[in-house]
Amino acid sequence: MNDFFVNATALAYLVAAVLFILALRGLSSPESSRQGNFMGMLGMLIAVVATVLSPDLISYLEIGIALAVGGGIGLVIARRIPMTAMPQLVAAFHSLVGLAAVLVAAAAFLEPMNFGITDAAGNIFAVSRVEMALGAAIGAITFSGSVIAWAKLQGTMSGTPIILPLRHLINLVLGLGILGLIGVFAISEVAATGGGDLFWYIIAASFTIGFLLIIPIGGADMPVVISMLNSYSGWAAAGIGFTLQNSALIVTGALVGSSGAILSYIMCKAMNRSFFSVIAGGFGGDAAGPATGAGASDKPVKQGSADDAAFILKNAGKVIIVPGYGMAVAQAQHAVREMADMLKKHGVDVSYAIHPVAGRMPGHMNVLLAEANVPYDEVFELEDINNQFPTADVAFVVGANDVTNPAAKTDTASPIYGMPILDVEKAQTVLFVKRSLSPGYAGVANELFFRDNTMMLFGDAKKMTEGIIKGLD
Amino acid sequence: MESIFIQQLSIFVLAIFIGYFVVWSVTPALHTPLMSVTNAISSVIIVGALIAAGPELGSLSKTLVLVAIALAGVNIFGGFAVTQRMLSMYRKKPAPKDPKAGRAE
Repeated sequence: MNDFFVNATALAYLVAAVLFILALRGLSSPESSRQGNFMGMLGMLIAVVATVLSPDLISYLEIGIALAVGGGIGLVIARRIPMTAMPQLVAAFHSLVGLAAVLVAAAAFLEPMNFGITDAAGNIFAVSRVEMALGAAIGAITFSGSVIAWAKLQGTMSGTPIILPLRHLINLVLGLGILGLIGVFAISEVAATGGGDLFWYIIAASFTIGFLLIIPIGGADMPVVISMLNSYSGWAAAGIGFTLQNSALIVTGALVGSSGAILSYIMCKAMNRSFFSVIAGGFGGDAAGPATGAGASDKPVKQGSADDAAFILKNAGKVIIVPGYGMAVAQAQHAVREMADMLKKHGVDVSYAIHPVAGRMPGHMNVLLAEANVPYDEVFELEDINNQFPTADVAFVVGANDVTNPAAKTDTASPIYGMPILDVEKAQTVLFVKRSLSPGYAGVANELFFRDNTMMLFGDAKKMTEGIIKGLD
Repeated sequence: MESIFIQQLSIFVLAIFIGYFVVWSVTPALHTPLMSVTNAISSVIIVGALIAAGPELGSLSKTLVLVAIALAGVNIFGGFAVTQRMLSMYRKKPAPKDPKAGRAE
């Protein structure tokens, strides 16, 4: 009887793991993605039901209440959250996964016999101790790191890097200390009986290092941070999976861990920075460092009004819109789409060009444009549209800056040198919506502002776009 | 014990490879939903909490586990729901009404 349940549950976990793989697979195109999401839900349902049906389970009421409270909160948040706040939400969700991992590991440490990880004498296996300590440590790092990332994205905390003296040394000592503690925890006989304070020291040190790792990283590097924490939350789940000898958790943790790692890699590559330099931090604050090429600001700038821009756009054959984080901040995505609709009525060919690191998380701009009802087949990634700029009459840059800076291609001294950029300067005219001539997060002046074919449209992205819409009437 | 560990390690390593190939095939336009859905599925950690919530436990352990269930619940329901909400916004261009649409550049 018991064997039957063990095997049936294991099979159910296998089905769940396959469904999770299919859920990710579905995201290869928007058409299949909704179906993929349902597979993910189904997988989760199967995994939870199979576990709940286990004959050992008796506290249905408490579980039901906990799940209803959590699920209710989750549903309300999911329904109400504005799309511009998606990066914060994802960071907050990561922190919950991390904390849940810590709690489950702690429960396994306190009551190991429930998980069958004890020998005949009731001592926790050494391997299990390493696994639970690793799971708890990664979970704790995910938790505190995500809380800081959330605070920076939410604006609760300034996006400016907080640089502690000797921070690399502190982090190194802490990191080695955690590994050392885990080693001692694995051989300690007190720990084997579920006693001693070592386990809690490991968790406390991991909370601290998670906090210290993220505070020196600036707001604009958040796409990497959030991907990295996504990865960590997966590794934490896998660690717990090893502890509990649960294949569904191991597989899911591996999937999520590699997913986050790939996203981090894509983001780093799109900024031409090494993963290590991002983690080392100190880059990308709201208050930019010394601007290189600051002397350029003496050059004359061509400035236009909304009506000028409307006139140019109306007479264009082909317009490429380049949105950036500024569009999200100004909530201008609906106005931009409205403008594009009017241009299409005038017979203008409109498309959108998205840089991989535009926004505060991977794919952030795509979601905002989708929210504003922009069809996804008008939205193109950098490598798919970059060769189109020479044939475009107008490049309309709204809320983006560094990702259009030609210095990345020419100026070897520039901090953004080598970063792939959108070749907007090759368009006949560049319309640049921006509040001022201030440099972007990299602290680099954009020489594009001073080019002959650039017209600066100074103002708030939303107000300026609405002004252009009026001008198009 | 060791052999179970090796079995699990095999599953783990192979799953990383599956994840690697599957995630590279995800279109960049859906990277935000990818993050929210991976978030939701990593909350399968709830099964660990459910196992521990089964037997009568000492009060501290049980409290920890119930909190973990609630947290994972936020993520599961919130994560899948917000992913669904995002994905439902991705729409294709409506089919052009006049045949001369799709102008050459």
